[in-house]
Amino acid sequence: MENKFTVRGLNLYYGDFQALKNINIDIPEHKVTALIGPSGCGKSTFLRTLDRMQDTVEGARVEGQILFDGEDIYRRDCDVIKLRKKVGMVFQSPNPFPKSIYENIVYGPRVHGITEKKKLDEIVERTLKEVALWDETKDRLNDSALGMSGGQQQRLCIARCLAVEPEVILMDEPTSALDPVATAKIEGLMHELSKKYTIVIVTHNMQQAGRISDQTAFFLLGELLEVNPTDKIFSDPDNIKTEEYISGRFG
Amino acid sequence: MEQNITFRPKMDDELQAIDNKVLSMAELVETQILNAVKAIKEKDMKLARDIIDGDEEIDDLEDKINNDCFKFLATQAPLASDLRYAISIMKMIRDIERIGDHCVDIAKFAIRLNDKEYYKELIDLPRMAGMSTQMVSDAIRSFVDKDLRLARRVWKKDDEIDELYKFVLEEQLGVAGSEPEKAECAVQFAFVAEHLERIADYATNICEETVFMLEGKDLTKI
Repeated sequence: MENKFTVRGLNLYYGDFQALKNINIDIPEHKVTALIGPSGCGKSTFLRTLDRMQDTVEGARVEGQILFDGEDIYRRDCDVIKLRKKVGMVFQSPNPFPKSIYENIVYGPRVHGITEKKKLDEIVERTLKEVALWDETKDRLNDSALGMSGGQQQRLCIARCLAVEPEVILMDEPTSALDPVATAKIEGLMHELSKKYTIVIVTHNMQQAGRISDQTAFFLLGELLEVNPTDKIFSDPDNIKTEEYISGRFG
Repeated sequence: MEQNITFRPKMDDELQAIDNKVLSMAELVETQILNAVKAIKEKDMKLARDIIDGDEEIDDLEDKINNDCFKFLATQAPLASDLRYAISIMKMIRDIERIGDHCVDIAKFAIRLNDKEYYKELIDLPRMAGMSTQMVSDAIRSFVDKDLRLARRVWKKDDEIDELYKFVLEEQLGVAGSEPEKAECAVQFAFVAEHLERIADYATNICEETVFMLEGKDLTKI
């Protein structure tokens, strides 16, 4: 099994505060990796180091190494725009642009230089099919995306992410604003997408981590305390703190 | 083609994988039951030893399925019928494993009876074996196919096996009491019949698990 990311000795500071402490983890290709832990443990911070979104936080400083397909993404000459094309992000609340469904999806490809209408049409159809939205939207592609339900909007955001043909999808609590039915659809979608993409998801919902992921990483106070196959974490974790967290004794 | 996204693909995949392993385990024990009685009837010592050796594969499958159920419970946090399913499977495979143990015991009788001259042709024991095997097969089918009617039908069939067992037992004990030279053989046949009757009892347990899984009820109290 190939590793998409290899993280070694990662430290992250916000000024004097150390938010991540000596993180070491491999993220396997075409698998779902779940990041769990109580609020403030550093899981979302870690997620954002993988596409260098932490660069946008003032005072943030990173030490250590994150290899993406063997290349250090924190080296000086790394093209961050290219990196973010390959590593897409889906956020907690659906955040479609205040534009049509069609325009939401073609926005990224246009930024990356695709202008031919036929090609853009193909991208819209392919990505909406990938997220099982095509049948629901094919006759109203020019309607505003803001008129869709929350669950549909989140699937549209995933389609928008897929439009630039990423290799990795980072998801930061992608279902916490959705109802159980929309959540189940997104979870089903993740299972399908993991056959083609590498997925890293931050979730507060432990059962969701159990249901959908192949490996789980448990963060606490900026440290990565345990990373193991999900069935191991949820049945016989190595670290007593992991056990206490997943069984609801703290958090 | 638009992707057909199901609500819980991983959970359904895991359930399907467990079902398939249970069916494989069931096929193994069904063959073991028939072969065990065949080994006695035909004095086939190789077959008897194969049955004894083959039990390990059944035990291994029990361990694997238990492990799968354990992980399923831990990661999928199943509720309602899914929860009853996982609990039922764990109880059911223990019953199937015990059926395998009874087959081993019958195979050991085959080895013990090898140098004995049978005083009669074996008819009722193969018949009991056939009935027990069919009950086990149907019971597991009722579970996998979620067939409540089949489960109830198989459960009632246990009375027929019990009747046949009583008949065989009385016959063999009668022979043992009146004809001492045939006693050893007759007693061993009676023991084999008892094992076959126990196998049928396990089939009824499996039917009870089917009903519990489907309806959350205890079949013995309906």
